[in-house]
Amino acid sequence: MTAVVLDAEQVERTYAQAERGARGVTAVRGVSLRVHAGEYVALVGPSGCGKSTMLNLLGAIDVPTAGRVLLDGIDVRTLGDREATRLRLERVGFVFQRFYLMPTLTAAENVELPMAEAGVARRERASRARELLGYVGLGDRADHRPAQLSGGEQQRVAIARALANRPALVLADEPTGELDAATGDDIIALFERLNADGTTLVVVTHDERLATAARRVVHMKDGRIVDDRVVRPLLGRTA
Amino acid sequence: MWPELARAALTRHPLRTWLAVLGVAVSAALLLDMVMLATGMRDSFAELYLKKGFPLRVAPKGTLPFDTEATIGGASALRAEIEGGALIGRVSPVLGLTLHHIEARTAAASTVLGFGLDPRVQGDYELVTGTDMDASPAASPVRVVVNAPLLTRLGKRVGDTLTLAAAYDPQLRTTRGRLVARVVGEVRFLYTPPASPVVAMPLAALQGVHPGGPDRVSLFMVEARDTSRVEEARAWIERTAPRVSAISTTTAMVQVEQRLSYFRQLAFILGSISLAIGFLLVTTLVTVSVNERIGEIAVLRAIGVSKRHVVQQIVTEGAVLSIAGAIGGLALGLATARVLNRILSDFPGLPAAFDFFRFEPRAAWVSLGLLMLAGIAAGVYPAWRAASLPVAQTLREEAVG
Repeated sequence: MTAVVLDAEQVERTYAQAERGARGVTAVRGVSLRVHAGEYVALVGPSGCGKSTMLNLLGAIDVPTAGRVLLDGIDVRTLGDREATRLRLERVGFVFQRFYLMPTLTAAENVELPMAEAGVARRERASRARELLGYVGLGDRADHRPAQLSGGEQQRVAIARALANRPALVLADEPTGELDAATGDDIIALFERLNADGTTLVVVTHDERLATAARRVVHMKDGRIVDDRVVRPLLGRTA
Repeated sequence: MWPELARAALTRHPLRTWLAVLGVAVSAALLLDMVMLATGMRDSFAELYLKKGFPLRVAPKGTLPFDTEATIGGASALRAEIEGGALIGRVSPVLGLTLHHIEARTAAASTVLGFGLDPRVQGDYELVTGTDMDASPAASPVRVVVNAPLLTRLGKRVGDTLTLAAAYDPQLRTTRGRLVARVVGEVRFLYTPPASPVVAMPLAALQGVHPGGPDRVSLFMVEARDTSRVEEARAWIERTAPRVSAISTTTAMVQVEQRLSYFRQLAFILGSISLAIGFLLVTTLVTVSVNERIGEIAVLRAIGVSKRHVVQQIVTEGAVLSIAGAIGGLALGLATARVLNRILSDFPGLPAAFDFFRFEPRAAWVSLGLLMLAGIAAGVYPAWRAASLPVAQTLREEAVG
């Protein structure tokens, strides 16, 4: 049995009136989810079922209104803003649907950003940024700015950025949502390679192909998990 | 990396950034000019007053120097009495009188300002060319020195002769108190307006034609032996000669301060407004820039960038705008002050050496420093607001938008 990276216990997230219109809305209701190191989990379900909210809770960019989330054994709810920010920096990599690269920085500089925040020396981070860009197949595009890259290439840079600080976990929210089918396939293949190389992945997606590529698929509906199935077990895992 | 992000944010819209810097520069220039105006006249007056080292002026009782045409009678005795004081150094008598220059060929008259001085101790002019006059009133013609405007207006040169009169009747074309003078040097007067034609001659020569009678002066300029005891010297003069008023530089400066308080208040209000404009300009620009990048900032926070670094980056943007604006404002402010000084120096009745705007480094640095601080402070609120936005909610709204 591999180590538990993420452990969500009876997690609930209710948005107060001020945050979401006229009355409070509960987006996630009593969800429990445990993710082991090396897993590749796809969170799927219809729009508004609470997948993205769940991903935000798992990544410590939001706090549950009830229950708790343990990230690498640390209860996210007990952390102040500074500690939660540090936890995200060091333990979690994020990949967003819209890439969200800094438009004024080059691909390499975008990848260096989390390393600079973590205090990695300039030379070391420059070297690792190029190494990561090479890993995602953009070794020759390191000095290009986002506007000079295609959507797929931008998402690859975003994935390299997510890996910058060697996180325990990578969370991706609809990573193929803005891409055409062919480019989406490249990203799916890259995720498979990442997981095969040992990265723990949790991906929120509508994309059937991406969900199929995952080893475990968790279905959500109305804020609850309605199905949680391992479709391709990890080598060496018994459960 | 955060300074690089700040630089990148500023160069993203170069025209907007340049316009903002220009706006801050204009605001800084106005602030600097107001500071220069507030301090310039006072400092310029003090410098003029002390230029020749006479910190005391003795005028007829209850008047300021040359405020009226009143004169002090029995001047020789009074001068001797004052010179006898233990605290007193040199005493320079000054008699002022409007004179008429009579053109020998046409008998046309033009008005000039005349000064009777003791050239050995005078503190009213500096020699430009030629020689200084001597103290002897017996020389004939009288040896006088004049300024450039007089030479220009009368078409004269050093070495020429002037026919001057203390009174002139334009109907009868008759004169009284006539004297013939030879120009021996060109001088620059310190206390007269730049375009006024002025002639200075030995005191006795002017006293000889003064309608008020001989042995009169308009004022004495008095030196104190010990510069730290000027007030004591002033008090001694007033006690010794109750018919005169003695004014020290300090007293004069108080009076000048009172008279200039309107300018200072105006300068303070306009300076404060320009500071506020600079602050609002930077706040507006930084706020607009932050609102455009709210999604980027939320992502930075999501991937683990601390609030402090986000604030640092945005505040740096405001600081760069303010510093660049302040540097531009320094150049712009000095240039506009120079032009305004030139225009205002034609103000009637002011000495040529008087400056309205004077660059006083400490005041300038303080004011520009204040503007820079205001610019930095201007970035703090939008920066903190952006860094404190709830990350998840902002990302969700950005994704929907």
